[in-house]
Amino acid sequence: MDLLTAEFFQRALIGGALIAVTAPLMGLFLVLRRLAMIGDTLSHVSIAGVALGFLVGVYPVAVGLVFAIAAAFGIEKLRRTYRTYAELSIAIIMSGGIALASILFTLGMSFNLNVNSYLFGSIYTLDGVDLIVIAAVTAVVLAVVLLHRKELFLLSFDEDAAAVNGLPVRYFNSMISILTALVISAAIKIVGALLVSALLTIPAACSLALSRSFRQAVVIVVAIGEAAVVAGLWIAGVWNLAPGGTVVLLLIAMLIVSLTLRTRMTRV
Amino acid sequence: MTIAPAVQPGCHREIITLDRVSFSYGAKPVLTDLSFSVKERDFIGLIGPNGAGKSTLLRLIVGLLKPDSGRIELFGAPADQFKDRHLIGYVPQRSQFNPLFPATVREVVLSGLFGRRKLFRRVTREDQHRCDDALRTMQIEDLADKRIGALSGGQQQRVFLARALISNPKLLILDEPLTGIDAETQMNFFHLIRHMHQKHDITFLMVSHDMDMVRSYLGEEPKERTGKLSFYVRHSHDLEDCAETDLLHTLRKEG
Repeated sequence: MDLLTAEFFQRALIGGALIAVTAPLMGLFLVLRRLAMIGDTLSHVSIAGVALGFLVGVYPVAVGLVFAIAAAFGIEKLRRTYRTYAELSIAIIMSGGIALASILFTLGMSFNLNVNSYLFGSIYTLDGVDLIVIAAVTAVVLAVVLLHRKELFLLSFDEDAAAVNGLPVRYFNSMISILTALVISAAIKIVGALLVSALLTIPAACSLALSRSFRQAVVIVVAIGEAAVVAGLWIAGVWNLAPGGTVVLLLIAMLIVSLTLRTRMTRV
Repeated sequence: MTIAPAVQPGCHREIITLDRVSFSYGAKPVLTDLSFSVKERDFIGLIGPNGAGKSTLLRLIVGLLKPDSGRIELFGAPADQFKDRHLIGYVPQRSQFNPLFPATVREVVLSGLFGRRKLFRRVTREDQHRCDDALRTMQIEDLADKRIGALSGGQQQRVFLARALISNPKLLILDEPLTGIDAETQMNFFHLIRHMHQKHDITFLMVSHDMDMVRSYLGEEPKERTGKLSFYVRHSHDLEDCAETDLLHTLRKEG
């Protein structure tokens, strides 16, 4: 079977390649700001939105996105309240999301809700609309990150310094939250809610182990994400494995390699 | 911006004005009804025991904290409306950052320029030259491509000083800038800020524990005491300004 000519596989590759740029990129900023687990939280809340979308018959990804953005703002608000305990806000919103999702899922049982495809991803069922959504999200995220790369660097490195320099820190924090919500909602159908956070955090972990400068970190994080998604989809297609799981396992393998390289590098 | 050297100190404009400022962390008052002003070209040494509110005061002035009551003005404008942030260089006591953060010394120093003014602009060649100057001034040019987390505490402190200097500030706010720095660099740094104070149009507000340094330059007795805080003040209105407006030449000569 020639995989490359199969239309569903082409769509999967395109969608995967696009999300493999944005998810690791946003993930890098989140990890550097010690908000690594935000991806998990937003995706679980987003899943509740997806379930609601199915129940009321609205494009599920859109409802998921609205939920994710609301959750992102909730986290940012709680983060300001419990300043030094950012992870607390993440845990609270995550449990809220799971609780809501579980209720909506049980309500939707009679509607034959296809929950699995959103929990574990179903990249082979991407349709034209999904691809357009993913492409739009990628364009927005790339444009904003390119435009504000200096400010995002300073904000991630030293939020106080950014404020003293007169940068609108609140505006940037909200912006990062919204972009993250966008990326997660778009990524859910590809790797699934349960694995989204892997695509956000593992490339960042590899990149932190390997890079010496911020510029390098950005390049490496995208390269790792891209390699894992494209290779993972290929392997999954050839051996008929679960695509989301294959991508994540590949990412973990890459992390192990990165850490080994790092110890080599520091020894020399 | 050139301001005619004043014969009387009173001619200089006020750079920082605090008017009955109070601040408390929860129920614990830290500063109560504090009023003082810093005039252009003042060098203020701020001394006080731990917990006297020195760092809190600096954080209020740079806008990281909001006063519970009272008024703070910077360069004549209310602090929360003050836009020309590049005029202020601030070095906190300890910069908190993730030690694994992937940033080179050069990247960190350049980030001192990333403010409102630079929001939609690129980093130019001139910015890179400024960065080189700032690095040379703090004698860390050989560390430029090292990762910030790989440096010693004293080296990191120099990086943050370079970051504060790069935007050519008119007001330098330093919170124990010499903590963890070796004696030789301390001397160099002291020469540098003294030159900057005497020959350039720069105002200083510095928290320090080094009483020798404070007394030798700012005099034996504080000009003002409020609560547990003592303000040592020296005003500079030397008639001769340094010909070079680029302040980063200083250490190359003097250091």
